[in-house]
Amino acid sequence: MTSLTNPLVQVENLSKVYEGRRSLANRLTGVEPFSVRAVNDVSFHVDRGEILGLIGESGCGKSTLGRAVLRLHEPTAGRVLFDGTDVTALSAGALKDMRRRMQIVFQDPYASLNPRSTVADIVGLPLRLHGLAASRSEMRDQVVGILEKVGLNAAHLDRYPHQFSGGQRQRIGIARALISHPEFIVCDEPVSALDVSIQAQIIQLLLELKDEMGLTYLFISHDISVIGYLSNRVAVMYLGEIVEMGPASDVLARPRHPYTQSLMSAVPDVDAPGHHQRVRLTGDLPSPLDPPPGCKFHTRCPLATDACKHAAPVPEEVSPGHRVACHRLHENLSVLETASRAEGC
Amino acid sequence: MTVADIDAGPVAVASGAGQTIFRRNLARFAANRLAMASVAVVFLFVLLAIFAPWIAPHDPNETDLFRRLQPPAWQAGGEWSYLLGCDALGRDILSRIIYGSRISIFIGAAVIFVATTVGIAAGLAAGYFRGWVDVTISRLVDILLSFPYLIFAIGLMAMMGPGLVNIILALAYKEWVIPCRVVRGETLATRELEYVEAARALGASSAHIMAREILPNILSPVIVVSTIRIAHVIILEASLSFLGLGVQPPTASWGSMVADGRAFILGAWWVSTFPGLAILLLVLAINVASQGLRDAFDPRFQE
Repeated sequence: MTSLTNPLVQVENLSKVYEGRRSLANRLTGVEPFSVRAVNDVSFHVDRGEILGLIGESGCGKSTLGRAVLRLHEPTAGRVLFDGTDVTALSAGALKDMRRRMQIVFQDPYASLNPRSTVADIVGLPLRLHGLAASRSEMRDQVVGILEKVGLNAAHLDRYPHQFSGGQRQRIGIARALISHPEFIVCDEPVSALDVSIQAQIIQLLLELKDEMGLTYLFISHDISVIGYLSNRVAVMYLGEIVEMGPASDVLARPRHPYTQSLMSAVPDVDAPGHHQRVRLTGDLPSPLDPPPGCKFHTRCPLATDACKHAAPVPEEVSPGHRVACHRLHENLSVLETASRAEGC
Repeated sequence: MTVADIDAGPVAVASGAGQTIFRRNLARFAANRLAMASVAVVFLFVLLAIFAPWIAPHDPNETDLFRRLQPPAWQAGGEWSYLLGCDALGRDILSRIIYGSRISIFIGAAVIFVATTVGIAAGLAAGYFRGWVDVTISRLVDILLSFPYLIFAIGLMAMMGPGLVNIILALAYKEWVIPCRVVRGETLATRELEYVEAARALGASSAHIMAREILPNILSPVIVVSTIRIAHVIILEASLSFLGLGVQPPTASWGSMVADGRAFILGAWWVSTFPGLAILLLVLAINVASQGLRDAFDPRFQE
């Protein structure tokens, strides 16, 4: 914890736009090709040794954001500073070296391992690519070392991915991400494809490895309970934008954005059944092909006014480190106080 | 490890330990009797081709005008040492068929080898890099596909002149588009998979991703298509030889043997028929074998 003032990852105004090809037919008929703003002007930072939880519905752009941060998908605009270096401006060679320091754990443990490679080849690949092992035997030793850390062993070295269960495969994926001793890991929904019983094991494993290896996580999930369990800070994403971000205890206990409030109210309350006040959202997530103007949430927001339809809200700090982008922030406060008062009795 | 290791023990998934998908498919292929019989026939032809000088009863080019159009052994006037009879120059047909298998099999294998190598490289590049690389390669493929194969080959042979290397080139010039299209399509689908993305996240080069991550996973359909195409190439070579554009006389080739016998087909049916049957048998065997390969390797045919 040498530099709390200098975050490990600093994301500045990051955008990712996917554009359709401008075909000849489109040009002749004057039809504009489609463009999807998967990530729109997003800024945040991740401190060393912290877990930033990124939460949002399917299709809100959270996976794209995670990949754009690692430059797996080339960002359209904005910068990503990793330990002070602008990742978005790196040359191919420098980016390759940087990849040793930042890794990703994927969602689908079935698709993320090459079915034609053995565990030894899969987990040893980063060592080979970055020349981190002097000999074959040293490589094998390192692979066995990391496999034991994730709960597998040397007997698994020559097996193929299809011979493992989902949880085991995810352990292999984690071993591959960690063998080059990276500092920053993007966990892209690493447990959502697993059974609930296995989820807990993998989350526990990730937490243990974080302490042991001094890691920093950007943890992407659509599961509030998972995010709430392991995050230091939370960012809530809606249609490519971060609508609320702050310390986990603050955001999840006292959500200030109506979207976060509705997400939180969707979590069943075991302690006080019946007292639960559900903020229901109507309608679907609008298509990112044709996002609504103004505040993107206004089509589903219970508090929306005419003003929300025209101007996009500017993030406002409501308490230290807790920022919310909502026009109705101050009107919403009263609603919340009554809610928390009801919770108190 | 404090984590409860409920799922950490090795699980035996249906197949035994150490068995790859490839080996399982191979076992499935081996269980197909018709396909295995066809493989045996193909293998027999390959042995004939390799050991032709020791197997053939006579010199294939030795003419003997006293044996002009001598019928097969079981017909009147036939002789058991000339089992399938003789052609218009008194050459032993059986010996010529045995030597002819060298030409057919060698050209078939060589063309497919060249075409598959080029096709894999071009298909991987087109599917992986996309953009202008894909546009260039795909348009070239479209152009080549718009020519009728035989006409294209005849044109090339007319330009380059006959000869073994020229036949192989003339056929491979167009043949590579078949594996190329298969590889391109499979690559397009495979490059989006997470394990390819994982390799990129680890810092792997494009060459590594294409050769080590994508290629091993798309090889099965390429192998299947290539074996089917060997039969096709053998027929094309026979067609070129039949038209006199293939291997030049006196070298024995099945296609030219069929052509030689054409003039005597009413009086001496054996001159054309036996080499024709040889083509039929080899091509049929290859087709049935490759069908079996496809059944074993294509997941869509599996229960």
